[in-house]
Amino acid sequence: MEYRKNAVGRLIPKEIEGRKLVPFKGAFAYRKRGHKASPPISYSEPGEKKLCKSLKDAILAAGLKDGMTISFHHHLRNGDGVVNMVLDTIADMGIKGLTLAPSALFPVHSPVIEHIKNGVVRNIQGSMNGPVGEFVSYGGLPTTAILRSHGGRVRAIEDGTLHIDVAFIAASSADEHGNLNGVYGKSQFGPLAYAMADAMYADKSIAITDTLLPYPNLPISIPAIYVDYVVVVDSIGDPSGIVSGTTRITRSPTRLLIAKYAAQFIRESGLLKDGFSFQTGAGGISLAITKFLGEIMEKEGIKGSFINGGVTRFAVELFHKGIVHSLFDGQVFDTESIDSFRDDTRHSETSMSQYANIHSKGCLVNRQDVGFLGATEVDTNFNVNVNTHSDGMLLHGIGGHPDVAAGAKLSMIVIPSFRNRIPVIRESVTTVTAPGETIDVVVTERGIAINPRRDDLIERMKGSSLPIKPIEELKDEVENICGKPAPPRLKDRIIALIEYRDGTYIDVVREVER
Amino acid sequence: MRSDKNRLRRSRLYIPGNKPSLMYNAWLYKADCLILDLEDAVAPSEKDAARILVKYAIKNLDWGNSELIVRVNPLYTDFGREDIRVIAPMAPNVILIPKCESARDVSAVEELVTDYARRQGVYEEIYLMPLIETAKGVLNAYEIASASPNICAITFGAEDFTKDMGISRTREGKETFIARSIVAMAAKAARVQALDTVFSDINDIEGLVESAKEAKLLGFDGKGLIHPSQIEPVHKVFTPTEEEIEYAGKVVAAYEAAKSEGKGVVALGSKMIDKPVVDRAIHTIECAKQLGLIKEEEE
Repeated sequence: MEYRKNAVGRLIPKEIEGRKLVPFKGAFAYRKRGHKASPPISYSEPGEKKLCKSLKDAILAAGLKDGMTISFHHHLRNGDGVVNMVLDTIADMGIKGLTLAPSALFPVHSPVIEHIKNGVVRNIQGSMNGPVGEFVSYGGLPTTAILRSHGGRVRAIEDGTLHIDVAFIAASSADEHGNLNGVYGKSQFGPLAYAMADAMYADKSIAITDTLLPYPNLPISIPAIYVDYVVVVDSIGDPSGIVSGTTRITRSPTRLLIAKYAAQFIRESGLLKDGFSFQTGAGGISLAITKFLGEIMEKEGIKGSFINGGVTRFAVELFHKGIVHSLFDGQVFDTESIDSFRDDTRHSETSMSQYANIHSKGCLVNRQDVGFLGATEVDTNFNVNVNTHSDGMLLHGIGGHPDVAAGAKLSMIVIPSFRNRIPVIRESVTTVTAPGETIDVVVTERGIAINPRRDDLIERMKGSSLPIKPIEELKDEVENICGKPAPPRLKDRIIALIEYRDGTYIDVVREVER
Repeated sequence: MRSDKNRLRRSRLYIPGNKPSLMYNAWLYKADCLILDLEDAVAPSEKDAARILVKYAIKNLDWGNSELIVRVNPLYTDFGREDIRVIAPMAPNVILIPKCESARDVSAVEELVTDYARRQGVYEEIYLMPLIETAKGVLNAYEIASASPNICAITFGAEDFTKDMGISRTREGKETFIARSIVAMAAKAARVQALDTVFSDINDIEGLVESAKEAKLLGFDGKGLIHPSQIEPVHKVFTPTEEEIEYAGKVVAAYEAAKSEGKGVVALGSKMIDKPVVDRAIHTIECAKQLGLIKEEEE
């Protein structure tokens, strides 16, 4: 295989399975030209009937054939019942060799492994969290998987890199004409943001719901103009796995300390003033920072502009108190947030394109002051890994990580410096997911490292009482505690590609030796 | 880091001696004191392991600016003597003496600590902190507090005290009010620090703050804690406020001025200042200095 070194020093094959790969050139260095892809022309006629008797009927009507690409969204997270249900039906129908293009897979999707073994699924283009990732890491998939960020996935759909033949769209409520939302019905999950591009660009779209409501089903997240067929099933998922009743702030003193440092850093950075905006998620540290920032803003009377989420009740609370003017919502994590999303017009649904697409005329991440993000590893060049563990196992999806890192004025990695004796701050990350040039600060319990590229920030933080130190020093401290773990035992075979948000390739993931 | 007998001890965070994972990060939370516990937090079957872990942790881990205290087992148990034999040569800053009931209990521990430390050629200062947690101990509090010049503080333990009394513990702590008052008084009489009992509900920060405020009112200099999230609220209570520091500064200045003019009476404005007020002001300034709240030139 012929390789070229990319801008973060990783070797990228020139070509893999007939796909020509452009190596990563820098966060904003690669500009693709041309026009976007377009879906086929549809006809809308009076009296059209979209409601199908069964999932099988809908799949037959959509014309699904061997070797095609099918897609799913992950708003139902680990409570999703749709991916397994659809793959089981497809397997019964004898269709094989499909490319599975979910926005993300979760542990609940471990039956996918059987469908890889029986030949129904041949390729995966999407995030893999847990068992499917582990199976792929050991070489279980016959082809090379592709992982993309939220912004990268929608970009790939829109520019034709990822062509979807049939999109399967779970909706908690639908009408017979195909107007969909996620805020009514028995399996509510909030916005339908991940599925919007799928619906718009797929050749055929099949809506799957367990709650059929009379026409018109309002509010409309995905309108009937993008939906070919509607199928009603008993259940699209297990509500307890979709939303947690209550998201919780971390109780770990280490994580709380990291959150405290992060909030103080943001305050001292000068960004925390009227009009402040940030992105949060459902992780324990992230929730704690949201809470701490909210407390500072409330105390000092700072009026924020928006929170971009990953919305939780903590963000909703700041919104309802008027501490932030609005919420942009790509997904929600708890029932309080679903209620807010449904009932408040300033709690706004954000498609992934609007959120993070580099091939757009302006995306939300570029408007954000601060984004705080997690990682499995960070290296002394500030490169970040969110996909693999230090043993090489591909266990996590990308999320919006590289998108937020590239867009936000201040991108912070908030992580413990080691986990279970494994150092998180290292000389070199196992896999590069986000390039160091897009990461401004790494906040750990043992100290805060500012990227040397941000000399303005280094200058500004001089005299701060925070434990600011070079990242190499942080790495040495951690190695004094944990030592240096042996490098992972990997085979030559590439099992997955990490695609950067602009469509270039930032790293590859290799098969792990058993 | 060696300690100082009169250093600040606003917070003492307990860490079970058999939990190394909690030790690595303990210094990061900036408690004034950290207690590696070999006694109540450790089950009898784990005592050996904890003792060895603590021995190496003292020498090898980073403890930041926190004072390091080890709570050994009482000498009347099977473990107390062995704890001291192993731990004393490691020279922790302080040995915490549990279930202390008399001056004799203090001197028994002190003799062993000195003996085992010297045998290994260790001559570093190791302070003693008797923990008074029985009715008898409370009644002997002054005797205990003045039993040795190496005592830096005496502390009160409400959990065992209420057990000993056959009464139950409440959030408000009325049932220990007199005992705590006696312990605080005994400490002040013996010119050592008085440290209040542990607040054990980690979810009740409000209750913790009230309890710390009451402790301060009774004359205690700090509280015992079981979770790092309790440190900051307690520090806030025991840290002198800006107004207190400013007032103390004026008192000390007036005192210095009176002294240099050879006056016996210290006056601030139209008010006469008594010696105890001056002492307290000096203590406040000392606290503020330790915390870096006043710079040298502002003295």
